Amino acid sequence: MVPKKDVLLEIKDLRIEGYSDEKWVEIVHGVDLTLHKGEVLGLIGESGAGKSTIGLASMGFARDGCRISGGSIEFDGMELTTTPESALRALRGSRIAYVAQSAAASFNPSHKIIDQHTEAPIQYRIQKRVEAQEDAMQLYERLRLPNPDEIGFRYPHQVSGGQLQRAMTAMAMACRPDLIIFDEPTTALDVTTQIEVLAAIRDIVDQFNTAAIYITHDLAVVAQMADTIKVLLKGEEVEEAPTAQMLDSPKEDYTKSLWAVRSFKRPQKQRPTGADAIPIISVQGIDAAYGQTKVLDDVSFDVYPGMTVAVVGESGSGKSTTARCITGLLPPTKGQILFNGEALPPRYQDRSKEQLRQAQMIYQMADTALNPKIRICDIIGRPAQFYSGLHGTALKSRVDELLDLIELDPAKFYNRYPPELSGGQKQRVGIARALAADPKFIICDEVTSALDQLVAEGILKLLDRLQQEFNLAYMFITHDLATVRSIADEVVVMQRGKVVEQGPKDEMFTPPHHPYTDLLLSSVPEMDPNWLTTLLDERGTDAIGEAANV
Amino acid sequence: MSTFVIAYYALLIGGSCLAAYFKKRELFLLIFSLTLVSFVMGIIGGVGALRFVTIAAGILALAAGTSYAFREFLIIIAPEGVAKELRTAPLTAAFGMFVIFTYAIAGIFAPVIAPFGEAEIISSAFAPADENMLLGADQLGRDMFSRIIYGARNSVGLALVATTLAFVMGAFAGLMAATKGGWFDQFMGRFADVIMSVPSLVFALLMLSIFGTNLIVIVIVVAVIYSPRVFRLTRAVAGNVVVMDYIEAAKLRGEGDWYLIRKEILPNSTAPLIAEFGLEFCFVFLLIAGLSFLGLGIQPPTADWGSMVRENATLISFGELTPLIPAAAIALLTVAVNFVVDWMLFRSSGLKEV
Repeated sequence: MVPKKDVLLEIKDLRIEGYSDEKWVEIVHGVDLTLHKGEVLGLIGESGAGKSTIGLASMGFARDGCRISGGSIEFDGMELTTTPESALRALRGSRIAYVAQSAAASFNPSHKIIDQHTEAPIQYRIQKRVEAQEDAMQLYERLRLPNPDEIGFRYPHQVSGGQLQRAMTAMAMACRPDLIIFDEPTTALDVTTQIEVLAAIRDIVDQFNTAAIYITHDLAVVAQMADTIKVLLKGEEVEEAPTAQMLDSPKEDYTKSLWAVRSFKRPQKQRPTGADAIPIISVQGIDAAYGQTKVLDDVSFDVYPGMTVAVVGESGSGKSTTARCITGLLPPTKGQILFNGEALPPRYQDRSKEQLRQAQMIYQMADTALNPKIRICDIIGRPAQFYSGLHGTALKSRVDELLDLIELDPAKFYNRYPPELSGGQKQRVGIARALAADPKFIICDEVTSALDQLVAEGILKLLDRLQQEFNLAYMFITHDLATVRSIADEVVVMQRGKVVEQGPKDEMFTPPHHPYTDLLLSSVPEMDPNWLTTLLDERGTDAIGEAANV
Repeated sequence: MSTFVIAYYALLIGGSCLAAYFKKRELFLLIFSLTLVSFVMGIIGGVGALRFVTIAAGILALAAGTSYAFREFLIIIAPEGVAKELRTAPLTAAFGMFVIFTYAIAGIFAPVIAPFGEAEIISSAFAPADENMLLGADQLGRDMFSRIIYGARNSVGLALVATTLAFVMGAFAGLMAATKGGWFDQFMGRFADVIMSVPSLVFALLMLSIFGTNLIVIVIVVAVIYSPRVFRLTRAVAGNVVVMDYIEAAKLRGEGDWYLIRKEILPNSTAPLIAEFGLEFCFVFLLIAGLSFLGLGIQPPTADWGSMVRENATLISFGELTPLIPAAAIALLTVAVNFVVDWMLFRSSGLKEV
């Protein structure tokens, strides 16, 4: 038993209510949590599980429209639920710090990073300005930010996303808090950048013996960071155990299903051979530019009928731009795109209805891809009506058929509006809209990255089933290599607008690789708790610095 | 100290104590601030001031009560979806709706309500009010009350037509500009700038002097003056919608501009446009009233609030309030419409007062 005096934060039977539809609804149903000094607790669960709400509650804070309705939150002997707001404010920032998901959205764009960093220490009269600045530079150095003496004097938009996230972690450390709450600090980052941030966070938490609550939906990440893992589902605790034990022998079914998510894999198909095998889409040496900035440089690859080509790379590598060239939204400056052996007009305005019908697109954010003011039946029905001229009962039965295909009950969903649907259901509607055109080729632009893992897996299985049923060809844009493993036949790796490597999936996942592919592959977190340590040892600290500047 | 003063303070202090005891925070603040105001007013102005405060508070309470009852009434008679929205309406919005409702009734049933015709001379000029004439007679001996009722029909009706026309023109141009983009957008934008750069009243006066003052000209001129504002708003709102993925999906499907505007963009921009309609209506209404006051708007003998203010203006030097009645009618409608619009803006944009 750990002695009571080591307990930093103790939450008992925490209940939080949210205000919706003119009444208070309980969203966190009695969660207990104990955190000792220097301990890192991982909170995991799907969206809506109440992770962030609990994280904020440990600062005695409830978001607008939420209230803490029961239970106790005891921080270092202080009961936060009854403490007045002024005392809580003194606590926040100095003894409890918070690191938000998007550093870019959390920094004030019109102040220098170091001024925002030193605000809290100066405000709480812990340090004078000069001391605070020196301390900030030391922290930047410890977090391995390049040019630690200088970087703080830049504005937030002048540093990269990963650097900004590390600067934010440094800011959280400014007052040497006892507890830091990390709310999905790496979710918005690329795998290669994620590593540096993870390593930096872990180092600094170790060095200062800070306790932390690490909120994420990514199991592999939490395995690297946390001493203890707590699994949440719909505002209730599922189970809690030390990391190693949790990974090896989860007790509850829900936890097991989370663990099994990444196991979906379908057999890899081979490219058809022979003279009559022509690719459905053939991208031939295209260049593209936004204004004067060249973003694509001689990109070529083929997609054969019934096959899935995954295009991977970090953000800014030109994946989505390639898709925009294929759809005709951005005419390439050089090269051409063949559809079934025939050249497509570069601008979508010049393409025939038939050409437009054959290539469809599924978007990353289903929220913005579906018009919120149009009923599901009209969203799905419109392409069928537009391309095939269906109307009346024929149209209705076609919509019903499509809804059946995407496993949504027509009776229930026919007349609904998109805002009434969950994220996964919206994405399914997006798929149905693409299918309604009866295409041969579909571009899937990060279709699963905004979804929870369980839901994402459902979408991947659905896409796979549809591919077999209709012999569809997919171009699958993603930065998630786990997705590539499960669904791709061929892989195209892109970096800075160029294709660095391409080939069948099995070849791509076995060495030797192009150095960039290697970096990408080795950066994907694994479930092994020692993965990060091993990897960092292999690469050495310098390699991290290099990766940061890639 | 009269009994009135003692009873007055006793009531207020008792009320605020009760409110405080039952932890009705807002009610307590209201009653107690009224008490404090009364102390100051009572010291400065004596019993008369206190009576004034009482009457003012009474009228406010009456208006609040009417608004509350009217809102509950609307909630009961409205269908489920609308009723849910109405429950979020603050009392000010309910008051606004009540006033608009009253004006609408007055305008529609003007010949039934008004005891006399709008051009009917029934008495001597500037005759005082009697049991026949509720508000007295105007400068030609016509019944003031009847003219006010008819004015609701003429002034409000004209403003409504002009606003609608301005809206149809401005919104259509704005949606086209946002959808088409490129040179068309630039051209329409600069064209709107040109119209807006001319002061509106001067522009209206000029146009009306050139084309004469008949109703059609007034409507068109006012619509042209106000459509650039609608254009700008619509273009901005639609500009936020056209960058969404679902618009891209529709474009890639090969849909035409008209479909995009009608089915994809318009449903997502209606809320701010409706709110803007209310605001523009107030401006248009005031502009037409102003034109009438200057003698270039609705022509006599048609009753119109703007010209009624002008015609009876001489009375003000004799301490009569008559010319202020049509002015008050204009002000009340403007305030009422703004109350309703504020609520709609609040709902559509999540505009919150901090």
